[in-house]
Amino acid sequence: MSTAVRALHAEWTKLRTVSGPAWLLLGVAAATVAVSSAAVAATSCPAGMRCSVDPTKLSLTGIQFGQAVVAILAVLTFCNEYSTGMIRVTFAAMPRRQVVLAAKAIIVASLVLAAGAVGVLGSVLAGHLILPGHGFSVARGFHPVWLSYGPTVRAAVGSVLYLGLISLLGLGVAAMVRDSAVSIGAVLGILYLFPVILAFVGNAVWQRRLERWTPTIAGLNIQATTGLRNLPITPWGGLGVLAIWAGAALLAGGLMVRLRDA
Amino acid sequence: MSTGTIQVRPASPGAGEGSGHAHFGHLLRSEWTKFRTVRGWVIGMMLAAVLMVFVGRFAAGSVGIGCVINGVQKSGKACVPPVPHGPGGEVVTDSFNFAHQSLTGNGTITARVMSLTGKRPDFTGNTVQARQGPNFVPGLMPWSKAGIIIKQNLHQGSAYAAMLVTGANGVRMQYNYTGDIAGLPGTVSAAHPRWLRLTRAGDQITGYDSADGVHWTKVGAVQLAGLPATVQVGMFAASPNYAFTSNSFGGEANQIGPSEATGVFDHVTASGTPAGGRWAVAQIGGGGPVGPGPLGPSPVGGGGGGRGPGPGASGFTAAGGTFKLAGSGDIAPEVPGPASTLPSVTIEQSLVGTFIGLIAIVVVAVMFFTAEYRRGLIRTTLAATPRRGRVLVAKSVVIGAATFAVGLVAAAVAIAIGVPAERNSGQVVLTVSTLTEARVVIGTAAMLAVAAVFATALGAVLRRSGAAICVAIVTIVLPFLLVALNVFPSGISSWLLRLTPAAGLAVQQSIPLYRQVANVVDPARGIYPLSPLAGLAVLCCWAAAAMALALVLLRRRDA
Repeated sequence: MSTAVRALHAEWTKLRTVSGPAWLLLGVAAATVAVSSAAVAATSCPAGMRCSVDPTKLSLTGIQFGQAVVAILAVLTFCNEYSTGMIRVTFAAMPRRQVVLAAKAIIVASLVLAAGAVGVLGSVLAGHLILPGHGFSVARGFHPVWLSYGPTVRAAVGSVLYLGLISLLGLGVAAMVRDSAVSIGAVLGILYLFPVILAFVGNAVWQRRLERWTPTIAGLNIQATTGLRNLPITPWGGLGVLAIWAGAALLAGGLMVRLRDA
Repeated sequence: MSTGTIQVRPASPGAGEGSGHAHFGHLLRSEWTKFRTVRGWVIGMMLAAVLMVFVGRFAAGSVGIGCVINGVQKSGKACVPPVPHGPGGEVVTDSFNFAHQSLTGNGTITARVMSLTGKRPDFTGNTVQARQGPNFVPGLMPWSKAGIIIKQNLHQGSAYAAMLVTGANGVRMQYNYTGDIAGLPGTVSAAHPRWLRLTRAGDQITGYDSADGVHWTKVGAVQLAGLPATVQVGMFAASPNYAFTSNSFGGEANQIGPSEATGVFDHVTASGTPAGGRWAVAQIGGGGPVGPGPLGPSPVGGGGGGRGPGPGASGFTAAGGTFKLAGSGDIAPEVPGPASTLPSVTIEQSLVGTFIGLIAIVVVAVMFFTAEYRRGLIRTTLAATPRRGRVLVAKSVVIGAATFAVGLVAAAVAIAIGVPAERNSGQVVLTVSTLTEARVVIGTAAMLAVAAVFATALGAVLRRSGAAICVAIVTIVLPFLLVALNVFPSGISSWLLRLTPAAGLAVQQSIPLYRQVANVVDPARGIYPLSPLAGLAVLCCWAAAAMALALVLLRRRDA
C-alpha cells in the first residue's frame, strides 16, 4: 500500500474505533433535521398575505445549527490526539505530517458529507411535507421544495458541500491552535461572529463587505432560490469564498503542524 | 453569585473554625496563583475585553446616516434630528391631533367618547401598490388612542396627563409619557360609551372614568411638577405606526406606515376655559390625519408622519355637540422597534461585543477546571485539599471575581467609547439616567461572572474541555445568536430568551419594557422578554444548578 492509502486507513481506524465521532455525526444529521423542522413548522403564510420567504432556504435553516456540531467534530478529531499525546505516536509512524493532516481532512470531510447529506435530505423532506400546508403552496406561486426543482437541488447539494467546507475550516483552525477548547471557541467565533456583527451594522458599505467576504454569510448564499438577482454574491461564488477560508485555514494549519514540535 | 448556597461540610474533628478560614484563604490564593500563571488564560481574558470593546465600537459607529441640509450634503452628527425629551429626560414620541383651548387656574374637562375607529396601511397588496403607497384598510392598533388631555403647552415633550380610550387596552390614564394606569376595560362603542374626566387642582391632575356619566371612578391622581397657570386642555387622537414585519431566516422584512384613529366625542364640557371659547386644532408633531398620496420621508419626530395631511383636512369636525377628531402618531416613550421612525439606538448597542467576549471567557472558565484533569493535577489538588467542595468554591470565587473585574472595565470602556460613536454617526441615542447606565455596566460584569462560574461548574461536571465548552456555548451563546439572527419566529425566540442561560443578557437592557407601546423581542435592538434582574436570576439559577451537580459529582467520583 502506498503511504497515502495507509495514512487514510490509519485515520479511518482511529475515527471508527471511538464512539465520540459516531455520536457527533449522528448529532450533525439530527440537529440539522430538528432545527429545520422546527423552523418550517413555526412559519406560515396566512391567506391573502404576501410572504417574502424563500421556502428552500427556510427548509435548510438547520444547517445554521448543524455547522456547530460539524466544527466540534472536526476540532476534536485533531485536538484529541494532542490532549492524549497520541500525536507523537502518529508522527513517529507517519513522519510526513502534511500527509497525516490531509488524510484526516479527507476522512472527516467524507464522513461530514455523508452525515450532512442525511440531514439535508431530512430537512428538504420536512419542508416538502409541511410547507404546502402552511400556505407555501405551488398554487400561490411558491416553488416546490423538492429535488424536482433545479435551484432546490443546487441549494441542497451546496448545503452538504457547505458542511464539508466547515469541517475543513475547523480542522485547519484546530491544527493551528492544537487545544480543543480554544479551537472550538475560535471556530464557533468565526462561524457566528460575522452574522451577528452584520445584524448590528447599519453602514451599507460594511454590510456589503461582510455579506461578500465572510465565510458563513457568503457561503450560505448557496441556499438562496428566490431573489437571486439581489444576492450580494452568486450562490457558487459565495461557497467559493468559504472554500478560500477553509483552504487558507488548512494551509496555515499544515504549515504550523510541520514547523512546530508536536 | 451562587457560592452563598453551598453548604460546606463541617471541618474534620479537631479543626477549629479559625483554621478553616485560614485554610480557605490559602486555597483561594493557590487557585488565584494557578489562574494568573497560565499565560493563555490571562491572554484569553484580555482578548475577551478587547473584543468586547472593539466589536462594540465597530457596531456603534458603523451606521452611516446622511442628510441634505440647505442643499449641502451632510452626514453623521449634523443629521441628528431635534428630538423631544419628556419631563423625565427620556426621548419621547409626541405627535397627535389636538383640539384645544386654554385653561387658566383650576378646572375640569369632561367628555363622552362614543366610538374609536381607525385605519391602517395594507402591505399585503402587490408591489406596484406598495410603490404608490399602500391602500388603507379599517383597523385599530392596540394602542390607538383618543380622549381628553391637559398639557403644559403645545410644544413636543411638554408635561401632560390624559384620560383616553384605546384600541385594545380599555380606558387608561397616561401622563408624562411613561406613566400608565388602567381604567375601565373593554372597547368603546355607541352601545358602551366611555365618560372621561380630568380635573386640575394646582399641580395635581386627577382622572376619572365612568360608563354612564353618573357613577364616576377615580383612576389616578398625578403631580405634574411646575405646571404653569395657563395650560392647554382638549380632545386628542393619535395612532402609532403600523409595522408589518415578516420574520424570515437571516433577516427581517419590515414595512411601516402611519395609521390613523378617529374618536367621536359628545357631552364635552370644560370649566376654567374662556367663555364661548372655540376649539383650535393643532397638529402636534405632524400628527394630523393621514391623507392620500405616496409615502414620503418621515418628518422629524413625527410618529405618524409620512404623508401630508389630506387636502385641507384638519381632521376635526364639529356638528351640534358632537366632535369628530382624527389623528396619527403617539404620545409615548420612544423605544427602539420596527414602528420607530427615528434612527434611534440604545446605549447597550455598544455592548454587542459581549457575546464574543463571552465565548472567550467561557473557554477560559471551562479550562480553569478541566486543565486539572488533563495533566492529572487534580490528584495533587485534592490531596492537598481533601474537601473537594471547597476546591470548586475557591475556583468559582477566583474565576468569578477575575471575570467581574475584566467585564467591568470592558463594559465601562465599551460604553464610554461606543455611545459618543453612536452619537457622531447621526443616531438618536436613547439616553438613560446615570443609575441605569451604571446598572448596565455592573450588570454586564455580573452576568459575565455568573456565566464564568456556570462554565467552570460545567467543566467540573464533564471533565473534558471540548464537551464542556460545547455545552457552555450552546446553552449561553447560541440561543442569543439564534434570536439575534432571526432564525426562529418571535414566539420561539422569546421563550429561548426566557428559559436558557442566555436570558442573563437581559441585564443589558437600558430601556424598560413599557407596556403602553408595542414591543418586539429583539436583542439586536435591546429588547428582551424578561426584566434585567429576572434575566440575571435565570442565569443564576442555571449556575446554581450546575454548581450543585458539580459538587455532588466531584464528591462521588474518583478523580
